[in-house]
Amino acid sequence: MTGVGLTATMVQGMPAFGRQITVEEALTPVDVQLKKKMADIALNAARSKGASYADVRIGRYLNQVVSTRETRVDNISNAESYGLGVRVIANGSWGFAATNNMDNDSIAKAAEIAVAIAKGNAKLLTEKVQLAPQKGFGEVSWKTPIEINALEVPIPEKVAMLLEVNKEAMKAGAKFVNSNLFMINEQKYFASTDGSYIDQDIHRIWPNFTVTKVDSAGGKFETRNALSAPMGMGFEYLRPKDEEKIKGGPVTMYKKRYDILEDVKEAVAHVEEKLKAKPIAPGKYDLVLDPSHLFLTIHESVGHPTELDRVLGYEANYAGTSFLTLDKWESKKFNFGSKQVNIIADKTQPGSLGAVGYDDEGVKCGKWDIIKDGILVNYQTIRDQAHILGLKESQGCCYADSWDSIQFQRMPNVSLAPSKEALSAADMVKNVEKGIYMFGRNSYSIDQQRYNFQFSAQLAYEIKEGKIVGMFKDAAYQANTQEFWNSCVKCCGQDDFRLGGTFSDGKGQPGQASAVSHGSATTRFNGVNVINTGRRIG
Amino acid sequence: MPILTKEEAKALLTKVLSYSKADECEVNINGSDGGNIRYARNSVNTSGAISTTSLVVSSSFGKKSGVATINEYDDASLEKVVRRSEELAKLAPENPEYMPFLPQQEYGPESPTFSPVTAKVGPKERADAVAQSLQVSKDAKLNAAGFLENSMGYSAMMNSKGLFAYNTSTDLAFNITMRTSDGKGSGYATRGYTDFSKLNAGKDTAVAAKKAVASVTAKAIEPGKYTVILEPTAVAVMLENIFFDMDARQADEGRSFMSKPGGKTRLGEQLVDPRVNIMSDPWNKELPGATWSGDGRAQQKVNWIEKGVVKNLYTSRYWAAKTNIKPIPFPGGLIMEGGTKTLEELIKGTEKGILVTRLWYIRTVDPQTLLLTGLTRDGTFYIENGEIKFPVKNFRFNESPVIMLNNLDEMGIPERTVSAESNANYLLPPLKIRDFTFTSLSDAV
Repeated sequence: MTGVGLTATMVQGMPAFGRQITVEEALTPVDVQLKKKMADIALNAARSKGASYADVRIGRYLNQVVSTRETRVDNISNAESYGLGVRVIANGSWGFAATNNMDNDSIAKAAEIAVAIAKGNAKLLTEKVQLAPQKGFGEVSWKTPIEINALEVPIPEKVAMLLEVNKEAMKAGAKFVNSNLFMINEQKYFASTDGSYIDQDIHRIWPNFTVTKVDSAGGKFETRNALSAPMGMGFEYLRPKDEEKIKGGPVTMYKKRYDILEDVKEAVAHVEEKLKAKPIAPGKYDLVLDPSHLFLTIHESVGHPTELDRVLGYEANYAGTSFLTLDKWESKKFNFGSKQVNIIADKTQPGSLGAVGYDDEGVKCGKWDIIKDGILVNYQTIRDQAHILGLKESQGCCYADSWDSIQFQRMPNVSLAPSKEALSAADMVKNVEKGIYMFGRNSYSIDQQRYNFQFSAQLAYEIKEGKIVGMFKDAAYQANTQEFWNSCVKCCGQDDFRLGGTFSDGKGQPGQASAVSHGSATTRFNGVNVINTGRRIG
Repeated sequence: MPILTKEEAKALLTKVLSYSKADECEVNINGSDGGNIRYARNSVNTSGAISTTSLVVSSSFGKKSGVATINEYDDASLEKVVRRSEELAKLAPENPEYMPFLPQQEYGPESPTFSPVTAKVGPKERADAVAQSLQVSKDAKLNAAGFLENSMGYSAMMNSKGLFAYNTSTDLAFNITMRTSDGKGSGYATRGYTDFSKLNAGKDTAVAAKKAVASVTAKAIEPGKYTVILEPTAVAVMLENIFFDMDARQADEGRSFMSKPGGKTRLGEQLVDPRVNIMSDPWNKELPGATWSGDGRAQQKVNWIEKGVVKNLYTSRYWAAKTNIKPIPFPGGLIMEGGTKTLEELIKGTEKGILVTRLWYIRTVDPQTLLLTGLTRDGTFYIENGEIKFPVKNFRFNESPVIMLNNLDEMGIPERTVSAESNANYLLPPLKIRDFTFTSLSDAV
């Protein structure tokens, strides 16, 4: 946006989201019967104007952010976005309109506009919408199973926690530290002409930090981010438990409870090591990938290419298409990966970012195989594309990031199943002659059909003759998706299974963000091409 | 709420400030009306109209400040938002980096950021433009996927020190991907304008169609170092990363590519080829920008890199005061001077090289050297003896834009272009670069 200048829209302290409200306001939900009344006004108006199908989403999206830097608070934001979106089918075409004026007339008007848009678009249509049947569920509800609502925890407590993190980092020798806490609560009400009235209360949390050390004399700096995961949990994620820690390797790792103070102290020591690390020699290495790193490789190289809308070309102008074309799925023998590779889509997984009871078009969520014993067996889809796969019902992958965004196909949690054998991370490392053990997400890039990717990590340890002997710097691996997943030789067992995830996966035009988790256990890949990314300037 | 005129905005903001009981108060308001249409598989799939407005109040007591936002404009709501910002300020910890609000600034003449033609664009004009694009696709028997979005908007600010600023703007973005029906060829075009009448969706679609057809049967050639000609949209996604990291504080703190050994920065040093001149200018007719930034600072014409030497870094007001430098805000758009040759002439003068029409999925690999990775996309071609010989398979690259501008061979005529990564608009030339590093091949089309 050149007209107003880039900074004119970024007012000091201004959130990019909704309106600022008090904490008390955030804790008062909208009455469910009022939501039902508003929904019925929209559905009736849409039907009376000629819609053959309509759904309405009343969304109240709460977003709290606390950001700090060294000894001071950078930003506290507590914002709300509240409104209603109506989607209709008329004359075989989709139409959508949204409003944040919640009076009866404005709601009915939005429904009318949606029908008018649908009828207008119908003229430019090549094929009519075919919606997979969906039974109505009546009045139902679903809630993220949280123990502590993060929005109920007083802001001063969160500030104190982050400043303590910063203090520990500085005490341990960090030059700079930024720490943040992101919390989201989606209060979503969905109703449709199929007879569903679904009320959902969804919670997510993400603590993060970056510690930096600078070698002024050498003109070098290194950073390490938190090895936390964004989770579909409440504030209990930040209450550490010993049984949720994995110790014994070079890095302490966390399952469903995170110890931010412990991690930040380790991070400072890691940054010191990174400054002295040995530059990697390019070549083939066996990779042992921790779930804190592997989740993003799963996301980019398995999650995105198995989105059916990409396969069909709906994202061709932006995110791209997919190499996993329908003929590969139809053949029932496309070997995406080795026999060890079992990839499961699961929108019910407890603690995950993508867990909901029902998707944003009223489909009850479930679990299905995408890659079975290395073979491509399924995709991810929604109601108006299910018929393309010969499915009788949608897989429940529909999501919109706001009441005023149009819902479309988004990735469910997509995870690599652990081994049935009780293998540990040490079992992955022990026979590696020349390898790298990687933790945490860093740089990532993949082509528009998801063939060629490059990833780097927060931490890359050298493995030599089955032992971890030090740290590498400037290591990134480049691979072809199919070759990479065929080089997967073994995974750890369920005990090592952990979730990673992304809070803001971008897709669509205008762009929408969604949050999704990817689980795995520590996994080994043999003979992957690694490059050295070190350069000199000036 | 409609787009407010300067007088209406002034009256509203004066009223908001009248409710303030804080030591200092600043109010920003902005609003926009716009719409979009998206198509794929040669058919429109979504379209919408978006109207948003937001009023932001910042109140301060000493070094404590609070911010509150609202989108309702009756008197009671306006007073409520002021009170809420004051309550938040009282609860906030002291900010040691707090800067008092600015008094009235000198903003220079109005910049041509607003086009009355664009302001009148509605669903019909958008649908007509898309119909032209779809016709080109139908005639060429290709698959079209595209997006058209336009908006008009205003922003204004006022504070208790007497500062007032106002601006209106219009924007348009159009991008189109054309693919052959066998999926073996793909082409792209992207445009950004202030004035909708400059858009020729049919012509841009034809450019994308030509690239799609020409890129079928791409040959694999070995990755390595090649002379490349980057079209302006490919230049944009590389060079904007230099700019995103030209913050003075990051440089002073030793954590950017602008930092040097010994705790110094590269300010005042020769960073790139002496033919490189990069500036920003709110009054540029092709790329007009607002004359003020969101905190009230004036936007000026700024030389960022002059004859290859780093001349200025942008910074917060706090850091500028602390380090005694000019408080230059982050600007609206980047301009790089170029040469006099067309893209075709650059190709003609190339013995061996690769024409890169688009780069995609750009990520920083190493912030210390600004090493970036990403891939070519939607049409990559081998050049020999001044002619395009054949399409080549896409490459992954690992290259720093700083190293790239040191390996500058030639520059073409600048044009307004859009970064497909950040959606920002720039005025940039096509560049011919030596030794651009491709590190692997991609099968993607």
